[in-house]
Amino acid sequence: MKLNKNLAVSETGFIFNPTSGDSFTANEIGTEIINLMKESKSIADIKTALLDKYDVEGNQLEKDVDDFMVLLRDNNLIQYER
Amino acid sequence: MEKLKYERPFIKKLNAGLMNKFGTRTEYTPHTHIDGVAVKELVAKYGSPVFVISEKQIRRNYQNAVRAFKTRYPKVQFAWSYKTNYINAVCNVFHQEGSWAEVVSGFEYQKAKGNGVPGNKIIFNGPDKTVADLELAINDGAMIHIDHFDELYELQELLTRLNKKARVAIRVNMDTGIYPMWDRFGFNYESGQAWNAITKIMASDNLELTGLHCHIGTFMLSTAAYGVAAAKLSDLAMNIKSRFGKIIQYLDLGGGFPSANTLKGSYLPGADIVPSIDEFAEVITSTLLNYGYKQDELPLLILETGRALIDDAGYLLGSVLATKRLSDGRRATIMDFGVNILFTAFWYDHKISPAQEFTHHTEDMVLYGPLCMNIDVVRESISLPLLNKGDQVVVHKVGAYNMTQWMQFIQMRPNVVMIDVNGNPHLIRNKETIDTLHDMEVLPDYLKKFEL
Repeated sequence: MKLNKNLAVSETGFIFNPTSGDSFTANEIGTEIINLMKESKSIADIKTALLDKYDVEGNQLEKDVDDFMVLLRDNNLIQYER
Repeated sequence: MEKLKYERPFIKKLNAGLMNKFGTRTEYTPHTHIDGVAVKELVAKYGSPVFVISEKQIRRNYQNAVRAFKTRYPKVQFAWSYKTNYINAVCNVFHQEGSWAEVVSGFEYQKAKGNGVPGNKIIFNGPDKTVADLELAINDGAMIHIDHFDELYELQELLTRLNKKARVAIRVNMDTGIYPMWDRFGFNYESGQAWNAITKIMASDNLELTGLHCHIGTFMLSTAAYGVAAAKLSDLAMNIKSRFGKIIQYLDLGGGFPSANTLKGSYLPGADIVPSIDEFAEVITSTLLNYGYKQDELPLLILETGRALIDDAGYLLGSVLATKRLSDGRRATIMDFGVNILFTAFWYDHKISPAQEFTHHTEDMVLYGPLCMNIDVVRESISLPLLNKGDQVVVHKVGAYNMTQWMQFIQMRPNVVMIDVNGNPHLIRNKETIDTLHDMEVLPDYLKKFEL
């Protein structure tokens, strides 16, 4: 699974995909995950980092990040490696 | 280091050119308190879900409606429509304000009597009145509104047997230019059926025709229809006077005024299209005043307004049970309340607010109830903040019909709380338990044992 490399991400959560021309808005933690993915961090590492930083239960975060990955996939922002 | 406040990660595609001209409605302003009482406190004390009724709002609505009519017409009386919400505490707020009772069944009649409403201030409507109900109403001197000829004949026989008289009115149905025309209740005006009933009553020694009643529809968005109704009832009243020399004491225009809820399929929100009580009052009273009654023969105007007086005084507090994603990518949020207790979800797109602070990010979602039944949908599409399990929401304008039409189906009915005018909550109806159910069941002995 990898993020489309040429995504443009602003500090305020505005995201532009130059390949498709689509633009998106993400909340703070969504933007943070995308930035960490751009740095090629693994999903497991991202989850650990978020768990340290935010006041959230492990199960809740696990469920929410998995769901976020589905959103990224549905919007053609990530590709699964075969 | 203190951890940061968490919000579910979220991303949304931006679409240009697909909005309607009024913009999309998003409900992210939190509704944290009701009449000064914290939603969190109410849920902690009375459980979730819980219905909350604002006594202050009921009184405000009632006083506003009375002002709208009494400043335009000298003789006005409201009668609280029991079927809209017949929890005793609610009824008694209306009775304290001066409202009579309007009932449509034997048990509603008993409720009104039990609340202390004198029989001569109970209006008994509806197609289902048993002989026992009628006998009680006759003995109490209640206003019996006759719905059909079978009832008229039954009442006459009963009165002859009891050697008594009764004060009666007939319910009249009519074409007021709206669709659907409610012709299933009462006697039709245009076909002459109503006049036929009137002549039968006038010929009877036991029946005294004191009033005329109509109830032209529900959630009426047209004020003009009430003008037509008031004119047609006045026409009957005038004809009764000229033909029989009898002065009709009251005209009961029934109910049907809408609340500010948004009907399903409506392009604009209810609050923007619903006529105010003043607009209805203006049409009805000006029709009566201009109809040509002598000043001392003006009939009492009775109104059986229900929904418009109670809907926005009722709130339903509930909690998120789970969130999930549907196969087509839509977000689904499962609440602990559904169509079992929020019957009006079948009619309205209820306004629903979060009960706690969120960021401005919202997502479109389907709101489901807790029932294991496919029909249990509270909102097909709503834009709400990023709700998590355990978060609370406030459903607005649920005071009418929900606490009477609710079902004990899969889940029990919850507590109902009233917040008094000083901001103190009172439990006014206990939540049901398994005992509520078992108390009514009878298990034959031979079915008490089994082996598996």
